[in-house]
Amino acid sequence: MTSRTRENKKLSTARTLMRVYPFAKSARNRIILGGVSALLAGVVALAIPLVLQWIVDGPMRSGDVSRLWPAVLIVLALGVAEAVFIALRRLFVLTPSTHIEADMRNAFYRKLQDLPVAFHDRWQSGQLLSRVISDLSLIRRYIAFGIVLLVVNIVTIVIGTAVLFYWHPLLGVVFLVSCIPVWIYGYVFEQRYSKVARLSQDQQGDLATAVEESVHGIRVLKAFGRGKFSLQKFAKQAETLRGTEIEKAKAIAGIWLWLLLVPDIAFALCLLGGVWLAAADQLTVGQLFAFFATAAILRWPIESIGFLLSMTFLTRTAIDRFFEVMDTENTVTDPENPVSLGTREGRLVFEDVHFRYQDSPAQFPDLLDGIRLEIEPGETMALVGLTGSGKSTLTALTTRLYDVTGGRITLDGVDIRDMTREELRTHIAMAFEDATLFSASVRDNVLLGRPGLEGEEAQRVLDEALDIAQAGFARELPDGLDTLIGEEGLSLSGGQRQRLALARAVAANPAVLVLDDPLSALDVDTEALVEAALRRVLTTTTALIVAHRPSTVTLADRVALLENGRITAVGRHSELLATNEHYRYVLSSLEDEEARERRESEREERQLSRDAERTVGR
Amino acid sequence: MTPRTVEGVQGEERDDLTKEESRALRRRSLRLLGSLLHPLRWQVVLTMLVIVVSTAGRVAGPALIALGINEGLPALVDEQDWMPIALIVAAYLVTGAIGAVLIAWYQVLAARVSQAILIDLRKRVFLHTQRLSLEFHESYTSGKIIARQTSDLDSIRELLDAGLNNLVQGLLYMVFTAVALVLLDPVSGLVLAVALVPLAALTRWFQVRSQKLYRATRVASARLIVQFVETMTGIRAVQAFRKEKRNEREFAQLTEDYRYANTKVIQLFGTYDPGLVLIGNMTVAAVLLVGGFRVIDGALAVGSLLAIVLYARRFFDPAEEMAEVYNSYQSASAALEKISGVLEERPSVPDPIKPVDLWKAKGHVRFDEVEFAYTSGRVVLPGFTLDIPAGQTIALVGSTGAGKSTLAKLIARFYDPSDGRVTLDGVDLRDLHPKDLRRAIVMVTQEAYLFSGTVAENIALGKPDATQQEIVAAAKAVGAHEFIAALPDGYDTDVNKRGGRVSAGQRQLVSFARAFLADPAVLILDEATASLDIPSERLVQEALQTLLADRTAVIIAHRLSTVAIADRVLVMEHGRIVEDGSPAELIGGEGRFAQLHAAWRDSLV
Ligand SMILES: Nc1ncnc2c1ncn2[C@@H]1O[C@H](COP(=O)(O)OP(=O)(O)OP(=O)(O)O)[C@@H](O)[C@H]1O
Ligand SMILES: Nc1ncnc2c1ncn2[C@@H]1O[C@H](COP(=O)(O)OP(=O)(O)OP(=O)(O)O)[C@@H](O)[C@H]1O
Ligand SMILES: [Mg+2]
Ligand SMILES: [Mg+2]
Repeated sequence: MTSRTRENKKLSTARTLMRVYPFAKSARNRIILGGVSALLAGVVALAIPLVLQWIVDGPMRSGDVSRLWPAVLIVLALGVAEAVFIALRRLFVLTPSTHIEADMRNAFYRKLQDLPVAFHDRWQSGQLLSRVISDLSLIRRYIAFGIVLLVVNIVTIVIGTAVLFYWHPLLGVVFLVSCIPVWIYGYVFEQRYSKVARLSQDQQGDLATAVEESVHGIRVLKAFGRGKFSLQKFAKQAETLRGTEIEKAKAIAGIWLWLLLVPDIAFALCLLGGVWLAAADQLTVGQLFAFFATAAILRWPIESIGFLLSMTFLTRTAIDRFFEVMDTENTVTDPENPVSLGTREGRLVFEDVHFRYQDSPAQFPDLLDGIRLEIEPGETMALVGLTGSGKSTLTALTTRLYDVTGGRITLDGVDIRDMTREELRTHIAMAFEDATLFSASVRDNVLLGRPGLEGEEAQRVLDEALDIAQAGFARELPDGLDTLIGEEGLSLSGGQRQRLALARAVAANPAVLVLDDPLSALDVDTEALVEAALRRVLTTTTALIVAHRPSTVTLADRVALLENGRITAVGRHSELLATNEHYRYVLSSLEDEEARERRESEREERQLSRDAERTVGR
Repeated sequence: MTPRTVEGVQGEERDDLTKEESRALRRRSLRLLGSLLHPLRWQVVLTMLVIVVSTAGRVAGPALIALGINEGLPALVDEQDWMPIALIVAAYLVTGAIGAVLIAWYQVLAARVSQAILIDLRKRVFLHTQRLSLEFHESYTSGKIIARQTSDLDSIRELLDAGLNNLVQGLLYMVFTAVALVLLDPVSGLVLAVALVPLAALTRWFQVRSQKLYRATRVASARLIVQFVETMTGIRAVQAFRKEKRNEREFAQLTEDYRYANTKVIQLFGTYDPGLVLIGNMTVAAVLLVGGFRVIDGALAVGSLLAIVLYARRFFDPAEEMAEVYNSYQSASAALEKISGVLEERPSVPDPIKPVDLWKAKGHVRFDEVEFAYTSGRVVLPGFTLDIPAGQTIALVGSTGAGKSTLAKLIARFYDPSDGRVTLDGVDLRDLHPKDLRRAIVMVTQEAYLFSGTVAENIALGKPDATQQEIVAAAKAVGAHEFIAALPDGYDTDVNKRGGRVSAGQRQLVSFARAFLADPAVLILDEATASLDIPSERLVQEALQTLLADRTAVIIAHRLSTVAIADRVLVMEHGRIVEDGSPAELIGGEGRFAQLHAAWRDSLV
């Protein structure tokens, strides 16, 4: 899914641009100063023709060489001033613009980390990435020179037109009137361009997603030799983007056409009118000269309006896209008056918990449809159920990765929504079914949940956790516990990763351990060792352990059976096995085992008799 | 060739390149640029032509105005003759219109060229990263590749979009303007020529300084992206272990590094740009002075002086844009350096030069004196020989980290052995045609990765031209049909990124169906049922029994129930195969497997 949930009411471009203001507030003065500098640069540039006129009509006509020098010096001074003002503009605006970009980037990242998992389920990471990189740098460039130039150029055009009027009203009017079509076309352009601009930015995000998946899924693609195939898909997306970009170019070509043509027509008319006026002695040659010099200076601002406008609309969509994420309401938030647990015991209670995923169709029942379960302090509860029954979902609810949609979960009697997420997550630590490790040393990965620890204490916790998870192998890595692992470090085997993830959860020293199928990638021996060690920890720690295998279940004091969104049975393993049909179905491989043994012995018998026959035959 | 120190992606993050290294990198990126432009040369020529003509039209403007004042005005004043001025105005209109239309056309042409280059580059990088071996991907993170394909390509696009336009246009404009100026008044032309000296010096200064700074921005932005991607990929763990604050600090530091690198570049440009304006304005003053004297002397017409001053000024008009172009060129060439580096990487598991075809594989796999190490010095699989006859089903068991997956990956040629050879039907995998290899050998990896897209698409990855029936049949065979049918849109349900929409067990079922559909001669299952519940696992086993009847299979599993369907069991410890025999033999014996099996039996209910 590519999330293109657009705001239902469309803000005007100016209003959208203003939304960046809070980030730009501190830099406001410098931006204004930058604008003033740019304006002065423009004014100075416009003043040069005035001097030219004066030279043509003065010294040149009179042939007074002594007056030529100061005039040229003035032109020179104005020229230097222009350069200085341009330098000042850059000085004032550029640094603040990079700060604005950085602030927005950090805010975006902060927001994303704060948003719940449900948001991340919905959003492609490429879409997020294109926002945090391309869109923000576009916004920066717009602040740095787009908006300044736009304002300044428009002001320059206005002043310049006034100067034209000063040279001769008629010529000024001709010039002004011929510019009207440009403004009309500008409006048409906005409509057309904004649409393709948005489309192209979204498609770029999709493309980034495709790239990301192609690298993350590289093993699958290699295993099936589908590199070329995925290239085709990627190429198709890239082609679509190309189409959009060409559309964009056509829109830009349209506005360029007008912006170039109109001043040309205006110039031609002015030339005609100017010569006629000069012939009629209404205008001196010097004035005509200056008129064109002024008009020449106006040409660039007028032409620049084309790309400045397109940049404005691009920025507008970039801002839209940025705020689409920033405006997302966080549904999993900290309470206003958070409650803090005093002494923690670790009693975890599910009270009529309901949950459904956001995209679940209305006719479907809740995935978790009234869970009632009490886990006593220090107790180890196994959670058992078929694939897809909602076990992982249930575990994710305990640390508020998702919020319940009905009922409540309490920890030591406190609704977990009344605590800050930060605190809740110090009390409850998880090991996920896929062991995500970060690019950091083994040490940092395992001690992830204990940021404050240092020195000997840290080493002790680390050693203990590694011992419990049977992750001693980490000490034999090239740099021991300081070996970098994760994406940027050494790759580990599946079971090694899983054990580190388990060690990480244990090291967090929580009141409640939530382990989602924590032993699935371990061999029987290692599994037994981990279990023995875990048992020691679990005498004092409450635990909820998702299990698929009888071997894991035996770790638990009691077992809860999840069936059709409810806990249909809770009890000791042997009890349930004896009394509960579904439990037997889910967990027992005995019948299977017996059948196999029968087959095996049959095969052996056959083999024996065949051997016997052969011996006899010989 | 590129010096070893900067070959491929090596030394990518260094900022202390020697002159020679730096030159080598530039050559490499120019080669890449050349190869990108080559197929488009006629389009480029056409584009140039259009821009030459249109620029000529625009440059004619001041000359016509000068003509109007010099000729048209006197004619009107002296002879009441409207003709000359009317003609001049008409000419002005026509050239202006042609210029405008051509420039608009040019916009589209240029976009075509730049988009063609981009798409070519995108595809090349994509295909090449697919071709590079896992070894590369393990050290070069996904974030960096994403950075290459996004932010680096962005800066190249910037150059192509604005750059090409402005460069060609600006350059021509300057040349035409200069020519017009020289024709009009050689003396002023001389003044302009003198002005070119400081211009060149300033540009050279900018070039040398900015190159290094731009490299730094590329490195900083890649780091930023890497951190961002990692956070978003592991968001659950980030939140569950309260890593947000720490991440925020790290990210803020990276943002600051990037910002700082950017500011440095911008500041440099902040000197370059006004410098150009200064040179331009001083030239105008000089031209005015030189011309002024001659007008007073009567050696020059006033109209001509107007044209000269306009030209002189206009000559520097595009300078600012050209500077921008140059700026984005520097940025793009830093990006091209990085991209060309990735493209220069040679896969450590290369495609054969003379591939051997194997139309119909029987499935006889053999390890011949194979030794393997991921990194030299840390041997994971010490030398061994292993023969797997066609059609045999092998169970590969052993403690975690023993090297089971590694052995399996050698069969699938994810890596090449450090020593010895792996063969399929007697053909060294290194010589086998990649297509045949992938058709014959399929591996279901330990991580069940699903791509965003529908369930059906994910299964069809095993066989892209599969019909809906075949897909459903495969799903049914592995027992995935039921859950898929229960999804909101059945087979057309989007599984979200990384298959987050379905449960872990369901993901495994889908990857299993995928392999089932691929129908290979050799099937490798690396803990493909680890996350399944027992009933589903049982179903899968049944499916396997029919599926594996006539093919070679290597099944890695910790749940020894799999052993039931195996003909032969291999037990691995510390990279060595310590036991090898039929299940009955081994269970009956007293070795490692007998002990494992007993332990496993005890764990059952
Ligand atoms: N992000 C999601 N959005 C929508 N539906 C989801 C999402 N994640 C899971 N589901 C659905 O919810 C159901 C329960 O998923 P869950 O991961 O909790 O199962 P599970 O019991 O852990 O299974 P397994 O044993 O395979 O891990 C599944 O049917 C799955 O398709
Ligand atoms: N890409 C890699 N680079 C370097 N070392 C690796 C890599 N992959 C695995 N190893 C190391 O090689 C050894 C064997 O790993 P392998 O993945 O083959 O184990 P395994 O038997 O499959 O274990 P498991 O049952 O845990 O999956 C381990 O010590 C592991 O750390
Ligand atoms: Mg699960
Ligand atoms: Mg493995």
